[in-house]
Amino acid sequence: MEAIFEVTQRPNFPELLQTHIVLSVVSLLIAIAIAIPVSLAVRNTPLGSAIAINIGNVGRAVPSIAILALALPVLGFGFAPSLLALTLLAIPPILINAATGLKEVSREVVDAARGMGLSEAQILSRIQLPIAMPVIFAGIRTSAVQVVAAATLATFIGGGGLGELIVEGLQRSDTPVLLAGSFTIALLAIATELIFGGLERAFTPKGLRLARKKK
Amino acid sequence: MSRINLLQTYGPLIEWDWISENFVEDILPALQGHIFLSAVSVAIALAISLPLGILAARYRTAYAPVTFVTGLLYTIPSLAMFGILITVPGIGIGPRAVIVALVAYSLLVLIRNVVAGLDAVPPETIDAAKGMGLTPAQILFGVELPLALPVIVAGIRIATVTIIGIATIGAYISGGGLGKMIFDGINRGFPTMIITGAVLATALAIVADVSLLAVERRLRPWARTRRA
Repeated sequence: MEAIFEVTQRPNFPELLQTHIVLSVVSLLIAIAIAIPVSLAVRNTPLGSAIAINIGNVGRAVPSIAILALALPVLGFGFAPSLLALTLLAIPPILINAATGLKEVSREVVDAARGMGLSEAQILSRIQLPIAMPVIFAGIRTSAVQVVAAATLATFIGGGGLGELIVEGLQRSDTPVLLAGSFTIALLAIATELIFGGLERAFTPKGLRLARKKK
Repeated sequence: MSRINLLQTYGPLIEWDWISENFVEDILPALQGHIFLSAVSVAIALAISLPLGILAARYRTAYAPVTFVTGLLYTIPSLAMFGILITVPGIGIGPRAVIVALVAYSLLVLIRNVVAGLDAVPPETIDAAKGMGLTPAQILFGVELPLALPVIVAGIRIATVTIIGIATIGAYISGGGLGKMIFDGINRGFPTMIITGAVLATALAIVADVSLLAVERRLRPWARTRRA
């Protein structure tokens, strides 16, 4: 146990942790910046949202190591190819949830808002977005946890991150290094899940929370 | 490094000759190994989740702790899970660690769907079965589980697709399967192997998804007529 703890005191440990977090956060932000506008653009066209959701579903079926490995022959080794691969991985869950959440805001509610004279922008910001928000955030949470996990694999294409400890531990049969890497990554993923779970609750509009409690 | 340089280092993205030459000897066994790993894991996970799910549906206080623990397992990244499992005595490097991890990842979805499926059985139906004099065991196996089956199959579908993806990483700890082609491809700088492994793993996940969805629909004829 002590030996595991010692590994976290090594001079390169903060750097690995930092790379891991930077890779995860930046790719998640880029993915949000791509997936949300796309979902907004297709929100009122059933065909558009169906296409977006299906692309998302196929994207989710591609194994994460496959996306990272495929970045290798096209973009080479390093941080940037890892970042791009992780971004591609982060998009599908957000896209699926945002497109589904916006699509499933009931037609009647939107029609009622239109009848009350709200503009399209007002309908979006006051009706569609708040109602879809919990579903959108659930997608972002799934994506965040998935990216933290996949960032572990970035080490295989030279992207750095905590996965390096697992690889080093395995190659040298150094159990403390292996376990230090594994436990840190596990804790990071669990922390991500908890943080985003909290955000999801915080962003659920009060009305929806009350409606859920009643059930 | 510029792109042209990379293409020179790695050669063409796909060498079809390699695929046709190694299809029987390398590619097919990798695919079979992958199917085997995934199928065994889902089967074991189902054998654990069915009784646990039935218990959790009956004794509600057990549901929250069960989903908490399985949810925690589900959150642990696969490479970290493998790293921890191979140090456990009796597991070690190899397919066994991969199967244990894949089972662990399936539990949350499967148990959740068993409980949801049982919850959705109308109480009137169970009352009617009781009124007909069926024993609790007969009600469970003859009424509740058949009615819950579509939801349970939906869980199996999600678990299977997830597992097929994660199993590729298991190759790193000598679990075999299609992931071995991907890792060998990375090590040798041979894109054809990476792409073949990746495409087959994705195709396998999509085929599993579509066929289990068909099973799910078939088990739920009432939903089909309603949709039409």
